[in-house]
Amino acid sequence: MVRRFGLMMLTLFGISIIIFVLLRLTPGNIADILFDAGGFVDPVDKKRIEADLGLDKPLPVQYYRWISGLAVGDLGISYQTERPAIQEILPRIPITAKIASLALIISVVLGVPFGVISAVKQNTRLDYILRVVTLSGLSMPSFWLGLLILMGFVHFFGTIPIYSSEPTGFWNTLLMYAVPAAAVGFRSSALLMRLTRSSMLEVMRQDYIRTARSKGASETTINYYHALKNAMLPVVTEIGIEAAFLFGGLIVIETVFNIPGVARFLVEAVRWRDYPMVQNLVMFIAIVVVTVNFIVDMIYAALDPRIKYSD
Amino acid sequence: MSTIDFQTELTAAGANVKSRWGAVRFFVRRYPLGAGGAVIIAMMVFAALFAPYITMYDPLSTNAAASLARPSAAHWLGCDFMGRDLFARIVYGARLSLIVAVCSVTLGCTVGVSIGLLGGYLGGWFDLITQRFLEMMQSLPLLVMAIVMAAALGPSLPNTILAIAFVLVPTVARVIRANVLSLRERPFVEAAKAIGMSERRIAIRHVLPNTLAPLIVLATAQFGSTILIEAALSFLGLGVPEPHPSWGRMLSESAAEYVRTAPWLVIFPGLAISFVVFGINLLGDALRDMLDPRQRS
Repeated sequence: MVRRFGLMMLTLFGISIIIFVLLRLTPGNIADILFDAGGFVDPVDKKRIEADLGLDKPLPVQYYRWISGLAVGDLGISYQTERPAIQEILPRIPITAKIASLALIISVVLGVPFGVISAVKQNTRLDYILRVVTLSGLSMPSFWLGLLILMGFVHFFGTIPIYSSEPTGFWNTLLMYAVPAAAVGFRSSALLMRLTRSSMLEVMRQDYIRTARSKGASETTINYYHALKNAMLPVVTEIGIEAAFLFGGLIVIETVFNIPGVARFLVEAVRWRDYPMVQNLVMFIAIVVVTVNFIVDMIYAALDPRIKYSD
Repeated sequence: MSTIDFQTELTAAGANVKSRWGAVRFFVRRYPLGAGGAVIIAMMVFAALFAPYITMYDPLSTNAAASLARPSAAHWLGCDFMGRDLFARIVYGARLSLIVAVCSVTLGCTVGVSIGLLGGYLGGWFDLITQRFLEMMQSLPLLVMAIVMAAALGPSLPNTILAIAFVLVPTVARVIRANVLSLRERPFVEAAKAIGMSERRIAIRHVLPNTLAPLIVLATAQFGSTILIEAALSFLGLGVPEPHPSWGRMLSESAAEYVRTAPWLVIFPGLAISFVVFGINLLGDALRDMLDPRQRS
């Protein structure tokens, strides 16, 4: 457990270096970019700004300043709004977190039961239809699905549930977040369904299922008690991984629905070429993903008695 | 013994493999969905290759009179805000998608296979370092990684290809490495060693060809995700820049507004992306079923 935690810190450290190096591949530095917009470059001004931003220091020093700031919550200043970056990021987190959890709930509620049904009714017409629907779910870009949902709203209700201000009231909030969450969750539910199906089929071929059948257990008991319980293990891992990887879908969906969340902020920061902000946001995503993976590993070890993390 | 024996596989499954067409007929009969997917991909490749013969419109020439024209006999799928014919843009967009997909999958797989083969075969510190590095890259979502790369390189066609190829490398390298590790223990490698073959020759002539089956399955799947990533990047304005007609960017041009006023601008490009990726996924599933017996259900 302590070893796993150490490994997690090491991974984060490695990611921070990768991000830091990647973002310095860009020709020119932030001072150049700031002046690009102005058109006129005063060398004295440029030197001053470079000194302000610490760009005149060697790379390891710059890296050290970033990481030591990160550790105490000092993320520097956003060049776009000229406010501390942490104040820009923090209020956006709950918004994205709400959509992500709703999306995850939707994907599990849709994905797991349909996956089980598809496996139990293998090679029937129902299984066939479910598989084609799943495959098309995996083939659709989620932003397009979001746009289609918006189109449906225009057609049937005449309005678009686009985020303009913080929604008030429980139902209003739910509606405002559930629609984008459904667009993100559909893809994950398709993934989960495929995995649940293949995991169920794998388990149903095992000896202990044959034993259960031969001792006279009913098909329902076999399918929904013996098989399902064992098939859930890889599914739990996948749910964890999906939880972290929802970010990809969230980035585009928050853009489509105009939601001021963390994920869309990454795209905005890239457009503004606010690289320190990009660096912080990617690091934030990395921390979330790695932490979720760590938790999933722990749950997995708790669920499967064959796995033990000993120190 | 060093390559996959499709002939035996097929004969065992009861196919007439005397002629090449016999094998094709067998594939179609056994995997009708996969064959359907292959037809969809063939349609896309055809559109990409013969775009000028399919549509008489130029995807880039603007026409103020046709701004936001509805679908009609003259403009099958309507026109965008600048009066560019949407059908022409989608047909030429197939060309762009295909270029991005082929280039980035080829590049990503070449680098990935090299790393996987070297790491799996040599082991040691090279393997340790590359594996840790790839693991770290994989702990970020593909799209996030692609956005960071695209941001670092700047928007252009070659940079988009480079950014996407970069994010494909870890999966390829890790699958190939795992495969090489198990192949290395197989008797035919031992036999090759026993007759005094050099390590390099064994790795390239005997181990590498045997990784072909998982590579084909993986590359097919990545072909689909490449098209989706390119679409997402272009949708966000970070991918292929104007004037290239990209399916993803067609959806981004004030899409929220066109949802009300010009739905055809939203429906058709998205349909093109989904249709092609759907075809690739169908073929990919059939190929996995055929080439990877362990996952056969």
